[in-house]
Amino acid sequence: MYAALKNRFFTWLFRWHGPETGAIVLVQRRVFILPSRQGLVFATVLLVMLAGSINYSLGLGFVLTFLLGAMGVNAMIYTFRNLANLRVTGGRARPVFAGDTAFFTIYLENRGNTDRYAVGLTHDRRQASFVDVMARSTTSASAGVHAPRRGILRPGRLTLFTRFPLGLYTAWAYVDLDLRCIVYPRPAPTRLPMPPAAPSAGAGAERGQGQEDFSGMRPYHRGDSPRHIAWKVAARDQGLHTKQFTGRAEIELWLDWAQLPPQMGVEERLSHLARWVLDAHAAGLTYGLRVPGATLEMAAGEAQRDRCLEALALFEHD
Amino acid sequence: MTDPKQPLSWRHVRWVLVSLALVAAPHASHMPWWTIGLVVMLIAWRAYVGYARVALPNRWLLLLIALVATIGVFLAYRTIFGREAGVTLLVIMLGLKLMETRTLRDAMLLSFLGYFLVITNFLYSQTIGTGLYMLACTVVITATMVSLNYADAQPPFRVQLRTAAVLLAQSVPLMLVLFLLFPRVPGPLWGLPRDAFAGVSGLSDTMTPGSLSSLVLSDAVAFRVEFESEIPPAKNLYWRGPVMWDFDGRTWSAQSFVYTAPRIAAEGDAVRYEITLEPHHRRWLFALDLPAVAPPHSIVGTDYQIYSVRPVNNRLRYDMTSFLNARFGAVESRFALNRALQNPSRANPRAKELGRALRQKHADDQSIINEMLGMFRRNFVYTLEPPLLGEHPVDEFLFSTRTGFCEHYASAFAVVMRAAGIPTRIVTGYQGGEVNALGNYLIVRQADAHAWTEVWLNGRGWVRVDPTFAVAPVRVDTGISAAVPRTDPLPLMMRTPLAFLRHVRLTWDYAANAWNQWVLGYTPERQRSLLAIAGLDDATWEKLTATLFVLAGIIVAMFAVVALRQLKTRVRDPVKIAYLRFCDKLRRKGLSRDPAEGPVDYARRVERQRPELTPAVEAITRLYVALRYGAESSAAVLMELQRRVRQFTA
Repeated sequence: MYAALKNRFFTWLFRWHGPETGAIVLVQRRVFILPSRQGLVFATVLLVMLAGSINYSLGLGFVLTFLLGAMGVNAMIYTFRNLANLRVTGGRARPVFAGDTAFFTIYLENRGNTDRYAVGLTHDRRQASFVDVMARSTTSASAGVHAPRRGILRPGRLTLFTRFPLGLYTAWAYVDLDLRCIVYPRPAPTRLPMPPAAPSAGAGAERGQGQEDFSGMRPYHRGDSPRHIAWKVAARDQGLHTKQFTGRAEIELWLDWAQLPPQMGVEERLSHLARWVLDAHAAGLTYGLRVPGATLEMAAGEAQRDRCLEALALFEHD
Repeated sequence: MTDPKQPLSWRHVRWVLVSLALVAAPHASHMPWWTIGLVVMLIAWRAYVGYARVALPNRWLLLLIALVATIGVFLAYRTIFGREAGVTLLVIMLGLKLMETRTLRDAMLLSFLGYFLVITNFLYSQTIGTGLYMLACTVVITATMVSLNYADAQPPFRVQLRTAAVLLAQSVPLMLVLFLLFPRVPGPLWGLPRDAFAGVSGLSDTMTPGSLSSLVLSDAVAFRVEFESEIPPAKNLYWRGPVMWDFDGRTWSAQSFVYTAPRIAAEGDAVRYEITLEPHHRRWLFALDLPAVAPPHSIVGTDYQIYSVRPVNNRLRYDMTSFLNARFGAVESRFALNRALQNPSRANPRAKELGRALRQKHADDQSIINEMLGMFRRNFVYTLEPPLLGEHPVDEFLFSTRTGFCEHYASAFAVVMRAAGIPTRIVTGYQGGEVNALGNYLIVRQADAHAWTEVWLNGRGWVRVDPTFAVAPVRVDTGISAAVPRTDPLPLMMRTPLAFLRHVRLTWDYAANAWNQWVLGYTPERQRSLLAIAGLDDATWEKLTATLFVLAGIIVAMFAVVALRQLKTRVRDPVKIAYLRFCDKLRRKGLSRDPAEGPVDYARRVERQRPELTPAVEAITRLYVALRYGAESSAAVLMELQRRVRQFTA
């Protein structure tokens, strides 16, 4: 009951509305400010100084105490100003494996004429990263979020905060951008033997389409295809060289859901399939993926790897 | 602050060390030498730790040092409370705190303690110079706090200092309002330590040979006087202080008894003036001879000494009225007269013999006085550096050394007169003063300290006799600097030939006086009178607080408006302003520009939809592109663009 009430109160107070698309401008009502713990200590020191000034009738003591008090009040405006009116837009997050930390990048644009220093971005209020956003410039900041499960990770509300310039106040703003990160299944540590590979039916026919990853050069031998001669090198009078390519596998591999032992659970299977995808990619093979409801055709290279891992990540995922 | 638990880097440590060293430095003048050594060592140690990135010392070692230092302070002061011991301990503990300062949060705390250390300096000195130095320290401490709050960007030293100075400067308006309107309560709130006001020079309640001449070496201001009308001539400026009745052969002392004051028969006009008395931590107040009223919270004794109810621990301002030609004490109690005739039986036999001889020679009191003064005039020398005197100081002064300062003359004169049967007492105080034409007020310094006598004559009452006047009339007419030999060690500024320096000094004193009156002497009374001028009569603290809040609110709001206005994007580029105005005109007709649309594409789209606008749109876009992306930047082109935008109608 209490938690629900508190939640509703906070929802009203901090205007939590769920993810927003597009840019968020930290208008003045979005920025909150409260004294920090240091600010409270500072206020206590000022009270002691005031009492001392009264007790010893220190005219200059009054001057100093009031000067610092006035500075403490002005610092509130400065801290507020350090955060207000920033434009926040979401960026991309690179996919991660389950169990790792996903880093969500957001962009902070400062269209004003004042530099913003030490603006922190945090997801869990424990770890934060800090950036400076100079006047009329844009800076990226990223927040790390733990990704426990495969699927799509949404970080939810991020907190932008600052204590600059004196650390006496914390100003903060919640930004709930429509951010997402794909989380791949964690590759299984144990290596089941790879499924048997079928020799390529028409290796020559595949040539035109496979991913052709350039891997190096060797001196020209008689019989090498003229399409693979490094003409640019030849033009520099460095002799004839032949470009070599990998990924033009002679072997085709199907990574098949059905090939895994029948007693295995869904997540475990996905885990093993992810391991196979990584291994096959590392070995430079051409491979395809078959999971219930989806089949990814034979291909090789990073794009194929990412496609396969994404398919595994989103398997039966709403 | 980024993360409060973030470890300090060397640049942070540098800031903290510099600011604390600056603010603690003035305390070195009154700390025991070993504590200075300890603190300097701790600072150097912390600097080494920060620079070489080695480990901080063990906490137990620090505890041990703290314990030993506390015992040491206790042995040095016989207490660990009180001003001196407290400040010394505070500085040592700050040094020790440095040794366990690891994180930003610790460094913030140290900065706050640095501010506190600033205020402890004001216990010792609140002069303009101290104020300026401490202001500089405050800027450095604030810059330290700012430096702790940067993340990656670390602007140069100078920029951080400027940021701090700007922060403080922008706080001045609010500070002034708080200073003027914050309800002042008279201190102290709790008991002050006994040594709260140690080491202030001034007159004391005893007088021995040498006690006044040592005061004369002090340049310090005793009080300042503002007269309502003309400043009276120097020979009338006898500032009455402690009156000495009792003599033990060497030392005069003022063991006063207080009962109703005798009547004054005054001649001539009363002189009205206002005295601003520097704190001397004794109870007496000074007034021109002879005071006619008692200031608030004070009483007047039989001998016209004015006592404040409480010791003068703060600068005190009071209005006074005096009669320069007054007759008083014509009817004096037998007890008082008897007391004014006492001479200790064993000391100074020859002086007493002289007194008795004079009495035998003359029947008339006035003749005895005249003969004694004549003796001084003929054979005696006035000097600041009299020889030391032995067992019978008055005898030795009268019959062998014959050189002395005013206390010697007053003392010898009183002893001889008492032996001759004339009731005599000694009055100490100040004589003369320096006129500051700049503010038309009188500065009376410790160097003007003086002692004279009063004799009681039948039918006339107490009459002032200044034996020093007989020896060195210039002392009274023009001041001490003219009266003593040139070789005597007077304060540099008291010497007359340095006219230029004297002028500088009087200007400075004028500033110091204003500082005292308005900054340091801004007491609850002054606050009330100032508010009365502003129309807030009998301001209760509720009224004051309300006024304070309203004014402070206005100031903070104004500052907020100014500070936050800079947030708004202001387009300062005239080319852009003109083009945006053009876009605005089109937008109102439903042709708004897409954020991702370049000017040329935009123009093309507009032309497609509104072909009749083509020439104008074409021209404006061409000019804008030329100014924006081309090498074109002449003012003529800009003006052409602005003209066309003005004339453009969609």
